[in-house]
Amino acid sequence: MPDLLLELFSEEIPARMQAKAADDLRRMVTDRLVAEGLVYEGAKAFATPRRLALTVHGIPARQPDLKEERKGPRVGGPAAAIAGFLKATGLASLDQATIQRDPKKGDFYVALIEKPGRGTLDVLADILPVIIRTFPWPKSMRWGERSARPGALQWVRPLHAIVASFGLETEQPDIVNFAVDGIAAGQTTFGHRFMAPVPISVRRFEDYEAKLLDAKVVLDAERRKDAILTDARQLAFAQGYDLVEDPGLLDEVAGLVEWPVVAMGSFEQDFLSIPPEVIRATIRNNMKCFVVSESNTAKLTNKFILTANIEASDGGKAIVAGNERVIRARLSDAKFFYESDLKLKLEDRLPKFDNIVFHEKLGTQAERIRRIERLAAEIAPLVGADVEKAKRAAHLAKADLLTDVVGEFPELQGLMGKYYALAQGEDASVGAASEEHYKPQGPTDRVPSDPVSVAVALADKIDTLVGFWAIDEKPTGSKDPYALRRAALGVIRLIVENKIRLNLIPLVARHIATFVNAQASTDIDRKCIDLLAFFADRLKVQLREQGARYDLVDAVFALESQDDLLTVVRRVEALGRFLDTDDGKNLLAGTKRAANILRIEEKKDGKAYDGMPDVSLYRLVEEKALAKAIGQVKAEASTALAKEDFAGGMSAIAKLRPVVDAFFDRVKVNDDDSKVRENRLKLLNEIRDATRAVADFSKIQD
Amino acid sequence: MDSLPAHMRPEHSFQGLILALQRYWADYGCVILQPYDMEVGAGTFHPATTLRALGPKRWNAAYVQPSRRPKDGRYGENPNRLQHYYQFQVILKPSPSDIQELYLKSLAAIGIDSHLHDIRFVEDDWESPTLGAWGLGWECWCDGMEVSQFTYFQQVAGVECAPVAGELTYGLERLAMYVQGVDRVYDLNFNGRDGAERVSYGDVFLQAEQEYSRHNFEYSDADMLFKQFAMAEEACKKYLEAGWKGGSNCKEHLLALPAYDQCIKASHVFNLLDARGVISVTERQSYIMRVRELAKACGEAWVHTEAGGAADGPT
Repeated sequence: MPDLLLELFSEEIPARMQAKAADDLRRMVTDRLVAEGLVYEGAKAFATPRRLALTVHGIPARQPDLKEERKGPRVGGPAAAIAGFLKATGLASLDQATIQRDPKKGDFYVALIEKPGRGTLDVLADILPVIIRTFPWPKSMRWGERSARPGALQWVRPLHAIVASFGLETEQPDIVNFAVDGIAAGQTTFGHRFMAPVPISVRRFEDYEAKLLDAKVVLDAERRKDAILTDARQLAFAQGYDLVEDPGLLDEVAGLVEWPVVAMGSFEQDFLSIPPEVIRATIRNNMKCFVVSESNTAKLTNKFILTANIEASDGGKAIVAGNERVIRARLSDAKFFYESDLKLKLEDRLPKFDNIVFHEKLGTQAERIRRIERLAAEIAPLVGADVEKAKRAAHLAKADLLTDVVGEFPELQGLMGKYYALAQGEDASVGAASEEHYKPQGPTDRVPSDPVSVAVALADKIDTLVGFWAIDEKPTGSKDPYALRRAALGVIRLIVENKIRLNLIPLVARHIATFVNAQASTDIDRKCIDLLAFFADRLKVQLREQGARYDLVDAVFALESQDDLLTVVRRVEALGRFLDTDDGKNLLAGTKRAANILRIEEKKDGKAYDGMPDVSLYRLVEEKALAKAIGQVKAEASTALAKEDFAGGMSAIAKLRPVVDAFFDRVKVNDDDSKVRENRLKLLNEIRDATRAVADFSKIQD
Repeated sequence: MDSLPAHMRPEHSFQGLILALQRYWADYGCVILQPYDMEVGAGTFHPATTLRALGPKRWNAAYVQPSRRPKDGRYGENPNRLQHYYQFQVILKPSPSDIQELYLKSLAAIGIDSHLHDIRFVEDDWESPTLGAWGLGWECWCDGMEVSQFTYFQQVAGVECAPVAGELTYGLERLAMYVQGVDRVYDLNFNGRDGAERVSYGDVFLQAEQEYSRHNFEYSDADMLFKQFAMAEEACKKYLEAGWKGGSNCKEHLLALPAYDQCIKASHVFNLLDARGVISVTERQSYIMRVRELAKACGEAWVHTEAGGAADGPT
């Protein structure tokens, strides 16, 4: 079966857009083909800086013929209905329709419409221009003479040529006949911009890829990446070094060249006095080059690896020399920034924060820092941190945002703070907190364990959450511009992984009161509860991602005053283990049964059966046994839970199972004697009440 | 180029580099303009770019524009940061389909051989909040150094570009440092001569960098500048309003260029105030907005002038 070759040749496509664009092209073309009844065997898409290419092989030469039966009006129906039917189906007269018998509803006409399939070449000529015109580039533009006209083609950068051919391997393929905004599809493309700029005539994918290779274009980004990585490793290895691998950079570099040529350059040893992260950021961000380390120590060396797009006529000497000069200038800047940053103490930078607004409703950065300091001091004793150190760390943690190095490389925030703090003689924990208080940044990021870092990290995140809750700017749907979900997850991970006991409600309530727009106390209570619910949601998401039963979180949070996340998690874990046992499962079933009966009867009678049962009204032995067991179990469970022995609490509760089972086997709750009935309902309520010592079983899913 | 005497060659002379670019673009058919006679932050502010990019008429022009970025002053101590520098600006409307090749040939004209150097087009979208303008394009790299900005204007002064113009901006000092092989801008050979006749970039501009850095950061008269900003803003609005002529069906504007001068003025005064550190972060945004409003109103006025294409059809 025939194959399609499509190439869209343009000016340089941004590296970051190439992979998705190739994927979009493949998806859009193949989806349309399938929608047109053309099922293909395989497809692959490619991108280079100057082209998107797609090969789809094994497409049928024609669409299948379509046969459609269309039901018409009944025989002898109104003339207007019959005329409409003939018109809609294109039949000349009723003679061309068949009559279908239907003894129940009466006979009716059926038209058999045959629609012959179109040639794939024609289908492609229809669908490809539409795909090109509606291509989902993140940003697209107009250009040239035609940009003055309405409806001008938009593309990521000016589009210059289209190759579109379709045919069998053994024959000369056909050109798909279409044009977009004056660019007619053909079979001409171009090689490397500098090394092989002449037109190339191509027929199908196999000769296309091979001819491009001859014209110094490696079509497949994976092959370019392999080549860069292999050569870069080899160059480093040959000198006894290691390449510092960087997959993100590799992707980007592979999107900047059609013909990668790797070379190594060096810079002055002096620059190695700059922190390695700064050297790497300079060389990576500004130059798109890799850095190199010593093999055994992983320390950076004064080498870098560049990827050029050309085999230069002098073997690359000028290119290496040019890059070395630019790197020298960039590192001089970085060194200047770093050294001048060291001249001003971190605390002396802080007054500037008075003029920097953090958020218009939440005041300046300076105010925010003061709040974080206060909160860090409050949290410090709870996490075993020295109060003074935590305050100092919070005081300095944001100061590096005003340094030149961080201004230049925002991704080094925190890390530079640590360098500068240590350089000015701060305590090691205080310095570390500059970097670590931003952590964890996501579900896989490391959680700090130094108590000072933990205190400041919690204070920073809780201040952000409480602040945005105070002004009612909560995440909605996919909108979370201040990354509040991430902050809440960070708080959860900090608390759970460091095993910290912390009652969030009082902490949050005190903190919310420190905001400028101080609020009514009822409002504060509502916001505290709401924020706690947000933590519960985040905890559920996290447990779900770990494969745990997140409905148990609801069951635990439904209990009174559950604002100690570590206890909540432990309770959830114990509950999960308990519900895996037979006792747990049966007790859950029994409790739910009790709750269901209660719900129905309470609704029917319009009252709650929440009083104590009357001992004198027990008629059956099973009732008495249950009542006795509930009393014992409650006492045992509360003793265990007071010691935070959740497993003990659960096994105490488990003792209810046989008596509950027996009760339901033998006792009819809705007794004819209304007093007995009421007493039994109260007993059921006691079961529900007893189990609430560990969780609200009604929230647990079966 | 081989016939040029050594002191005129781009790799030996800063002015030789400028002359070579002018010659190249003049030969292409551009109008070679002289710098605009007002302080601007970039060559784009020249009305030959900002205003001429709007409207349907063809327009090909090239010029050197001294550009002032008060905040970039470094008292002459930084090897490549300046508060006053030169840009070479080319504007081609509509953008020709071979504009990339034209650009590469201009590099060849100043001695950058694309078979010896690694020339790359790296994504860099351009946006000017003060001009209400944006475009897509690249930074052009030569061996890892950014030597030009290349932009297809999509919108300028709040007006859609139809047709689109291509803008090339060469950072002349940086380019000259590259072709002359020097690491410090003040070491550039300005006139291409040697020995006693040699004039360096530092001879011409070092003192100015020192004095203007002092001025920009320490001595500029902030009170006066605040007043100047207000005056320029007011004058701009006044001229814009006074310039409209004719009924509502056939609007024409007669004062777009003088109004735009005041917009440029306001923009530069804002940059001076910003460098002086007297504008807070929140105010900063509102000043940018105010300049943008002026720029947009000027763009709107311009498209109702003859050069802005008003005569070519109803607008």
